[in-house]
Amino acid sequence: MRKCSLDALDSLFAAMSGAYSVYLPVDGDGHDKHASYKKWSEGVKYSNALNTVRSAKDFFFPQSENLMEFKVDGKNIEIIDTREESEDFIVFGVRACDAKSFEVLDNVFLLPPADSYYKSRREHGVIMSMACTRPAETCFCSTFDIDAADPAGDVQCYIEDNEIYFDAKTEKGEKALETIISLTEECGSEKVDAQKEVTHERMKKLPLANLSTEKFGGDKTNTYFNSEKWKELSQSCIGCGTCTFVCPTCQCYDIKEFDTGHGVKRFRCWDSCMYSDFTLMSAGQPRLTQLERFRQRFMHKLVYYPANNDGLFSCVGCGRCVASCPISMNIVKVMKALGEEEGK
Amino acid sequence: MQTITRDMLCDKAKSLLADGSVSRVLGWKRGEFSYDVTPAVFYSAEEIDKDFVYDAFCGANFSKYLVKETKKGDGKILVFMKPCDTYSFNQLLTEHRFDREKVYVIGISCDGMSDIRIIKDIAGDGVTGAERDGDNLIVHTLYDGDKIVPYADTLPERCVNCKSKKCAAFDEFIGEECEVTSSKRFEEVEKIEAMSEDERFAFWRGELSRCIRCNACRNVCPACTCEKCVFDNPASGVQNKAISDSFEEKMFHIIRAFHVAGRCTDCGECSRVCPERIPLHLLNRKFIYDIDRFYGDYAAGAEEGSRAPLVDYTQGDIEPSQAVEGGTFNA
Amino acid sequence: MIEKNEPLMPSLGVVTDIRCDTPDVKTFRVVTPDGKKPFIHKPGQCAMLSVPGVGEALFSITSSPTKEEYMEFSIKKCGCVTDWLHAMEVGQMITIRGPYGNGFPVDDAFVGKNLICIAGGIGLAPLHSVINYVRHYRDRYGKLEIVYGSRSMQDLVDYEEITSEWEKEEGTQVYLTIDREQPEWDGHVGFVPNYVKELGFKPDDDTIVIMCGPPVMIKFTLAGLNELGFKPTQVYTTMELRMKCGIGKCGRCNIGSKYVCKDGPVFRFDQLDALPDEY
Repeated sequence: MRKCSLDALDSLFAAMSGAYSVYLPVDGDGHDKHASYKKWSEGVKYSNALNTVRSAKDFFFPQSENLMEFKVDGKNIEIIDTREESEDFIVFGVRACDAKSFEVLDNVFLLPPADSYYKSRREHGVIMSMACTRPAETCFCSTFDIDAADPAGDVQCYIEDNEIYFDAKTEKGEKALETIISLTEECGSEKVDAQKEVTHERMKKLPLANLSTEKFGGDKTNTYFNSEKWKELSQSCIGCGTCTFVCPTCQCYDIKEFDTGHGVKRFRCWDSCMYSDFTLMSAGQPRLTQLERFRQRFMHKLVYYPANNDGLFSCVGCGRCVASCPISMNIVKVMKALGEEEGK
Repeated sequence: MQTITRDMLCDKAKSLLADGSVSRVLGWKRGEFSYDVTPAVFYSAEEIDKDFVYDAFCGANFSKYLVKETKKGDGKILVFMKPCDTYSFNQLLTEHRFDREKVYVIGISCDGMSDIRIIKDIAGDGVTGAERDGDNLIVHTLYDGDKIVPYADTLPERCVNCKSKKCAAFDEFIGEECEVTSSKRFEEVEKIEAMSEDERFAFWRGELSRCIRCNACRNVCPACTCEKCVFDNPASGVQNKAISDSFEEKMFHIIRAFHVAGRCTDCGECSRVCPERIPLHLLNRKFIYDIDRFYGDYAAGAEEGSRAPLVDYTQGDIEPSQAVEGGTFNA
Repeated sequence: MIEKNEPLMPSLGVVTDIRCDTPDVKTFRVVTPDGKKPFIHKPGQCAMLSVPGVGEALFSITSSPTKEEYMEFSIKKCGCVTDWLHAMEVGQMITIRGPYGNGFPVDDAFVGKNLICIAGGIGLAPLHSVINYVRHYRDRYGKLEIVYGSRSMQDLVDYEEITSEWEKEEGTQVYLTIDREQPEWDGHVGFVPNYVKELGFKPDDDTIVIMCGPPVMIKFTLAGLNELGFKPTQVYTTMELRMKCGIGKCGRCNIGSKYVCKDGPVFRFDQLDALPDEY
């Protein structure tokens, strides 16, 4: 473990920037005070805010990306592979929930046949995660066995007593830390260990600390699919995609095309199971109302995904949907309502 | 102003359910914290006693739900409406979106609804609840105990610059009847109008670049009640879920603003639900202000059945050349 | 280095023949620009075809894997992409990627069995591949019986191949039917589910039913087969849901925890029965 004074943070970012593009949470100005990831340059200040509005999935699975281009000339077509090797980059300040979300996304995108767009970014991205010390009321990562005080990542970072600590966990992380080796000093883990203990006590007292996954898992399709509760839970859903787009683990996408006038761009963009056209075909629509779409989202997170991924849930308890849903409906309410039902 | 309490609304709802005047009640349902209330339909006194809430966080405009809810079940649905909601209600009736006879409206006076995001800006993360105490809001936090915040400081812009405290439609009214307020809401528009073209472009580009195209603004908007939105229609040629180029997002919001021009009541729901806190309502308010200046004061939804200036021709209408002269805008 | 292989990256194909099967079904023959078959597949598998600027869509491969020179697709006109495909001419390039899905178990569960293929309308397309595969390796299988129905005689896909080849082979029995009487038709008239019951197939353990057609046909034929004593484990079908990626990642073609593009499109009815009723 290495450390340095928090006052030297900017010089650390400057040193990292020599070899990597460095992205970090920065407080918003103007109407939106929430933090969002920005690329570091001189003067950009790190925000220790808990959650960015958008999750860190954007770095590996951006909202929209060009897949390839086509030139069309009469009956002839030319396919242009526009893929490029990703740059080396560091995502600094990733919280434990988002750090875990990469595992959830990896299971989809890296499962053969692997998605080369995602894979290239994963290979070149270094995750420097930041331990939480003051989890919010909307946090429930511990429900999914995530330790906010001990986040996954290539390098774990801790801020304690005006000092920042770095602990490399992977080879990639060690290599990234070499850029700041002269600015940091070797140290023991006593202060960090003490911080973890305090955070663990705080976690236990969070309002959602008792939320349990016990009643969910890959074998529960028949338990919940026809539950009466879906009607009530989904009744005021407005069918927007907020929950899916702020979610670090939602990964559904659409592939669309755009005629630039000089050729055709085929691009991939986020899609949402909450949208009415998500499953619409010329031959019909298997999910006719918002109830079916709503049910799909939560069944996927709590049942279908675990069924295909050794019991891992597709939720990391970051609480973004809890904070962002226009009607304040969210996975916590769904889990509680369904759990009650099953308990009967 | 007389404060509306949960008990007042619950008693009213239960008595209307009991005497059969209504078969169900559209209201706010208790959440995990005090601020995460969900719109819900209540069918019985028991459900109301258990979960109905009314507090500083009941900002959602229920008028659009009536399009869907009035088509379900027998009898009337009871809905509580704040003054601003009733404008949307009237506008929807003007557009024949639902049957007035299926609804029983109780107008309630309102002095603004808190925005939890503003509270968190002030009090920090970890807000477990908040309750009104006269002119203050007592905010409970995880780490810093209770914080007392002036209630007025927690209001969103739409409430700070409330357009009207007068209920434009109701069958019954609870609270203190008030008038249309002399709002400063157009000053927000003037601030943007006063910018240079480059500044204005930079302002909107900065705001709209955060858009994640979740469609929450459109889906919550009471003026957006098309059965099939052009942006969802594969046959429209403009169906798109994300950016294909960087100007795309701006077009979505600008086109939407045009679609609701003259019908938008400035209810502010678009900005309330935006996860990126883009002040979308200012785009619509610009149109409202322009319409006022070109055609004389007009408030969409102030009266049911009123003809909006944009769909009503009069000889006195402004000529396009007067509004825009040589490419220069003359407001 | 960026991986050479990218599942979403298509290859080029050239349409070398277009056959008008019915008023709204055409069969397209596709080869690579250098004249070869685009890739190897199993009966029942699919490919993603696209015309840049119009869109991409998934189609089942109609030709049998035993055809080594080319691949064929019988496609019904019913949307943006198919409209465009129907309007194109021989020599047009398209893009193609695949194969996708599991395909029919022609080399294991079907071996040694009597096969009853039941199809309605364009539903013959995926079965066509199975039928010709079975005909090619004829001695590996028992009896081959085919029940095929369509709205009218003109709507029977591959009518010529059926009457000039399939019907003439020993060990193969073809039962054709059309929905309504037609002056030039002297065959059976009536809906597929009723015809299946009239034919009274025996539910022997060594018989397997493969079914594809419109949902209403599937529903009533399945009920009929049930009455005849067939078990869900003896009946296979192939599903179609909206797909974008074809590789189980885009997230829209799932029925419960199964993705039609990856875990299907071929399902046995006992497998479908275990999934939620959302298709």
